[in-house]
Amino acid sequence: MLDEFDLSVNQLDALREIGNVGAGNSATALSQIINKRIDMNVPKVALVPLDAVPDLVGGPDTIVVGVFLRVYGKAPGNILFLLPQKSAFYLVDTLMGKSHGDTQQLDFMDESALMEIGNILAGAYLNAFFTFTQISMLPSIPALAMDMAGAILNVVLVQLGQMGDQALVIETEFLSDDDGINGHFFLVPDPGSLRTIITAVGVE
Amino acid sequence: MPDLIRVGMADYKVGKSPATLISYGLGSCIGISLYDPQTKIGGLLHIMLPDSTQARASDNPAKFADTGLPLMLDDVVKAGASRSRLVAKIAGGAQMFAFSNATDVMRVGARNAEAVKKMLKSFNIRIIGEDTGGTYGRTVSIDLVTGAYKVKTIDRGEKEI
Repeated sequence: MLDEFDLSVNQLDALREIGNVGAGNSATALSQIINKRIDMNVPKVALVPLDAVPDLVGGPDTIVVGVFLRVYGKAPGNILFLLPQKSAFYLVDTLMGKSHGDTQQLDFMDESALMEIGNILAGAYLNAFFTFTQISMLPSIPALAMDMAGAILNVVLVQLGQMGDQALVIETEFLSDDDGINGHFFLVPDPGSLRTIITAVGVE
Repeated sequence: MPDLIRVGMADYKVGKSPATLISYGLGSCIGISLYDPQTKIGGLLHIMLPDSTQARASDNPAKFADTGLPLMLDDVVKAGASRSRLVAKIAGGAQMFAFSNATDVMRVGARNAEAVKKMLKSFNIRIIGEDTGGTYGRTVSIDLVTGAYKVKTIDRGEKEI
């Protein structure tokens, strides 16, 4: 197995570009659904100590909504779309045509809508991923939870924890132009998938 | 709060009264406290996985139930706690996302709880408080003045075990 802690600058750049193209596609999809401009930052590609991952979204006890999808195919991994609670409520208001501030908790329909958003974003991301790498991957049906960020990230980190103490995280932040929505999109390849991805993009 | 000591994921801390040990945002992870009510010395361990058999040599032992517990036990005793007076409380081990075809990885919370109980039993340490399972996150803390183990959740309030 490729040692994840030994990636060259070029390889990290290639991963960042994959994240960029994938997240760009996702941001466009989200923007079209809610009819708002969505900005995204340059993806962070980093090896993060497992313990520090929850800090990327405001600390382990921050309340967030997470949509989780397992990715199947030649380079399996996990996708997690995290929204701070306020952003998630704002997104539901926008999707459901309610006034902003209406949503104070999530009912079944709201959850379903957010899961569908996760589904669309993941699909857009993986499509771009395929164009770039020719690795075809499919997302599982989405699952949703609203809880502490640490608890939700656990699900992803546990699988990585089996292999090592660090996680390779490709993370993109989305921001709507009215500042109402601020989401984090994580692609976390399984430890064995990294070699497949790096080989596919052909960067030594 | 005085002397609040934070315990990270895959980490443990040992302290004594009047300190409080706290660990934030546990999902499938488990927070295990050991406490000696007489000396008021105790520890809190935050494990992620049940066993270290598939682990690499460089792994952090506090990540696993089977390697983390002996480590903390040693340190708690070294700090002055009596081995025979130690009591344990455990919380965590949730399944955060409900998938119909839950794989082993998804059920890691339940496997964690099982492994922790087995380990404690093998060390002859009594579990006097437990709050495991469910589908929600927990923030846990142990107050070493009283031995009170608090479990805080988002929708289910706070309780003491």
